Amino acid sequence: MFETGLEQIKSSTGRVLRSQEMIINMGPQHPSTHGVLRLELVVDGEIVVDVIPHLGYLHRCFEKHAEAMTNYQQVIPYCDRLDYLASMNMDWAYALAGEKLLNIQVPERVEYIRVIMAEFQRIASHLVALGTYGLDVGAFTPFLYMFRDREMILDLFEMTCGARLLYNYIWIGGVSHDLPSTFVEKAKAFCKYFRPEIKEYNDLLTFNEIFIKRTANVGVLPADVAISYGCSGPMLRGSGVNFDIRRDDPYSVYNKFQWDVCVGKGEMGTVGDCWDRYIVRVREMEQSINIIEQALDQIPEGDVMSTIPKRIRPNPGDCYVRTESPRGEIGFYLISDGTGTPYRVKARSPAFVNLSVCPDICRGYMIADVVAILGSVDIVLGEVDR
Amino acid sequence: MTPQEITERLKATFGDAITDAKLEGVVDPFIKIKAEAIREIALFLRDDIELQFDFLMCLSGVDFGKGLIGVVYNLYSMSKKHKITLKVEVSKEKPEIPSVESIWKTANWHEREAYDLIGVVFTGHPDLRRILLPYDWEGHPLRKDYKVPEYYQGMKVPY
Repeated sequence: MFETGLEQIKSSTGRVLRSQEMIINMGPQHPSTHGVLRLELVVDGEIVVDVIPHLGYLHRCFEKHAEAMTNYQQVIPYCDRLDYLASMNMDWAYALAGEKLLNIQVPERVEYIRVIMAEFQRIASHLVALGTYGLDVGAFTPFLYMFRDREMILDLFEMTCGARLLYNYIWIGGVSHDLPSTFVEKAKAFCKYFRPEIKEYNDLLTFNEIFIKRTANVGVLPADVAISYGCSGPMLRGSGVNFDIRRDDPYSVYNKFQWDVCVGKGEMGTVGDCWDRYIVRVREMEQSINIIEQALDQIPEGDVMSTIPKRIRPNPGDCYVRTESPRGEIGFYLISDGTGTPYRVKARSPAFVNLSVCPDICRGYMIADVVAILGSVDIVLGEVDR
Repeated sequence: MTPQEITERLKATFGDAITDAKLEGVVDPFIKIKAEAIREIALFLRDDIELQFDFLMCLSGVDFGKGLIGVVYNLYSMSKKHKITLKVEVSKEKPEIPSVESIWKTANWHEREAYDLIGVVFTGHPDLRRILLPYDWEGHPLRKDYKVPEYYQGMKVPY
């Protein structure tokens, strides 16, 4: 951290040089903003005095669209496009909200399929986050390794539902297709392949001296600030808060599996720095593999869709449902007025909330550190702007 | 604490400010409160030793119809692990609700979003600007009586 303050600087001839704060635009087109985000940086020399984020470049009127649909199920393809790197998790959160309003239970096989898909999606999403984070701070190679492995997960998704990025797979009441007959076998093969890969990432990036220098002790987010700002997911756990919605506010069948919640411990610097947020993601991938392997072993036979009418009409009422997406707490606040169209759909997106803490943790660092901090927050503009 | 106990504790302290509470027969139990009391109640909810609602999960602006708009607060306590929903209603003519930004920092951007899309004016908010729509957009699109403007900066909408 650097102290800022504009002092009078004199030239060699004794003349007072003019010195003032400068405003620099970072984005909307900037590789480290991971999309179209504009940061207005107020800088004193190279030290950041303030950061003012400007959002909305990717605003697609999700909430307005959802109110204009003729069916609850029609909203799901739009949910896919909220967080396009973790579509399964977005669909699942919305489907859970719909199911809670309808007060229905889905078949047990569906719960297991959803857990498997969501955890695979978490790994795929973390791989993008970690790979592009490496790119941001100047490490190109890990990115290629991580995308290679992500492809294999996308192949699994493709053989299940035909799509590689935007799945429209998890519906209210079930999932659109059953798993193909070879899925369990291929998924197990992937888990076996993937475990040693994590060590490879660690050798390439995690414990790389330059990477540690760029990320440790940078962008420190204390736990109380993180809670006050409503941060969630790896952002919150990186600050040392042992909280995971999958364990502390359980949904689906997560309580049937054995796994650990990973938290930042300040191994390379201070608790809550960029490196802690990074390592939480790496360790979470390992835990996801644990969950997937248990789920693949226990998955029961059965239907993949519960018997619900084609046109859903929940009773008037409202509910808020939250789940743990790769970025944190994705919540849907749904209001039903008894018709077939949702009256109000509000998406509480994790990246939107996590980004709001950015000005607080960027102050006092260098401009290059802003890039490192922004990468460690792992924003997806699709869900920030909705 | 159960929603019943939370409601009783609030009623004991604030009395009239709690206008309604539906705790049974609904999906999420909620408490309706008067708009002008929201900041005191929020502060009490956060700091009371029994309640400790330190995490604002979600803040949604809603058009309730019949000339009423409002805000729904979904609260959670990280230490006590309980939840409650608060609802506030105001008329469209005077849509003013005190800001809770000073209590939960999450509210900062969420309140800006509610102002942007629903048109709730949060008094005491440090930086109440539009957040998702362009700064010079007219109207609040998530209101049920919203009409899409014909032109935006000389461009036809929808084009």
